[in-house]
Amino acid sequence: MSIGHTLLGLLESGPRHGYDLKRAFDEHFGQDRPLHYGQVYSTMSRLLKNGLVEVDGVEAGAGPERKRYAITDAGVTDVAQWLARPEKPEPYLQSTLYTKVVLALMTGRDAAELLDGQRTEHLRLMRGLTERKRSGDLADQLICDHALFHLEADLRWLELTAARLDKLAAAVRG
Amino acid sequence: MTPEGSLLAAEGLRKAYGPTPALDGADFSIHPGEVVAVMGPSGSGKSTLLHCLAGIIRPDSGTVRYGPHTLTDLSDTHRSALRRTDFGFVFQFGQLVPELTCLENVALPLRLNATRRKAAEHRARDWLERLEVDDVAAKRPGEISGGQGQRVAVARALAPQPRVVFADEPTGALDSLNGERVLTLLTDAARDTSAAVVLVTHEARVAAYADREIVVRDGRVKDMAGRI
Ligand SMILES: Nc1ncnc2c1ncn2[C@@H]1O[C@H](COP(=O)(O)OP(=O)(O)OP(=O)(O)O)[C@@H](O)[C@H]1O
Ligand SMILES: [Mg+2]
Repeated sequence: MSIGHTLLGLLESGPRHGYDLKRAFDEHFGQDRPLHYGQVYSTMSRLLKNGLVEVDGVEAGAGPERKRYAITDAGVTDVAQWLARPEKPEPYLQSTLYTKVVLALMTGRDAAELLDGQRTEHLRLMRGLTERKRSGDLADQLICDHALFHLEADLRWLELTAARLDKLAAAVRG
Repeated sequence: MTPEGSLLAAEGLRKAYGPTPALDGADFSIHPGEVVAVMGPSGSGKSTLLHCLAGIIRPDSGTVRYGPHTLTDLSDTHRSALRRTDFGFVFQFGQLVPELTCLENVALPLRLNATRRKAAEHRARDWLERLEVDDVAAKRPGEISGGQGQRVAVARALAPQPRVVFADEPTGALDSLNGERVLTLLTDAARDTSAAVVLVTHEARVAAYADREIVVRDGRVKDMAGRI
């Protein structure tokens, strides 16, 4: 999962201090892996260097967590591009897809659109596997079936998420 | 305006049952030899779309064009005649005539198109063989399994070599070799004869047999390939 894009997305709703960013990340996405402060600062300094965020103010006291960051126009564009770009289908995408859906909802973007795009990407791969299965030998068929079942499970989860988008939106914005 | 080279095309279909719209401005098109999967949540209007495209129900507004015909303008008689000669159907339930043997069931649409009995039954047997259910030819639908019934139904839909095959969840659950086989045969047969297949399914593994997918949501069609 891309921590940079996630932190950028969190900044879209307004400038935040380093410690506030970490707190928001942990609350929404950190279920089993809270961020280290070190990760926040290394990520923010990279984003600063690339012009995707700027320092909006520094609180009295020392330490990088006192810096207040704001997203730049280039940063907003970067988040939009990341959200619109379907993930390469592969097992265990859930955390990335979940993050994307939640961020899309938080920033008022069309999450259904994102899910549709991902479904297309999954189906493209599944079509290729089905074609290979048709022309392949038994071993090919079994290997393709394994991949097909996994991709299908991903997609079912996507459909279920799509069906619950309204509830999720209320929870995320609430 | 219909897409270049399409065999069947619909524009702006609307259909309401009472106050709730089932279709709310749906567009669709399919080319000869193309297999299109129709996906979408339950109740989104997939079956209604299929029934409108096949001329089984008439939309409240919008047009369906099939080759040179505008289905939505034809009389009921003319539409049924066209359905009999040009369209094949595979539905999930209640498609075989219980009083007829499986062979007679498959031969029935051919007979309705004025094929002579001998020729019709000969062709029917061929198709039962292709679907590997020729062993149930003499049995009635009540005496065969659900999976065998599906294959007989596919044989019946394909035997008259329709130009368009409409299939609504044709495999029920795909968790069997039987379902895979049915889909392979259905899509192969369609490609061999340049028939178009409209394949309604909620299963991604079924949709993966199609050339492309559309998604129906709230009675509207989203073409994922960015094409209508
Ligand atoms: N004969 C009917 N009378 C009244 N309402 C109907 C009728 N047929 C369908 N509907 C309604 O129209 C809407 C669309 O139904 P449709 O059968 O097209 O959905 P579907 O996408 O095929 O769903 P499923 O995946 O469950 O088969 C639904 O709200 C349904 O309740
Ligand atoms: Mg239906």
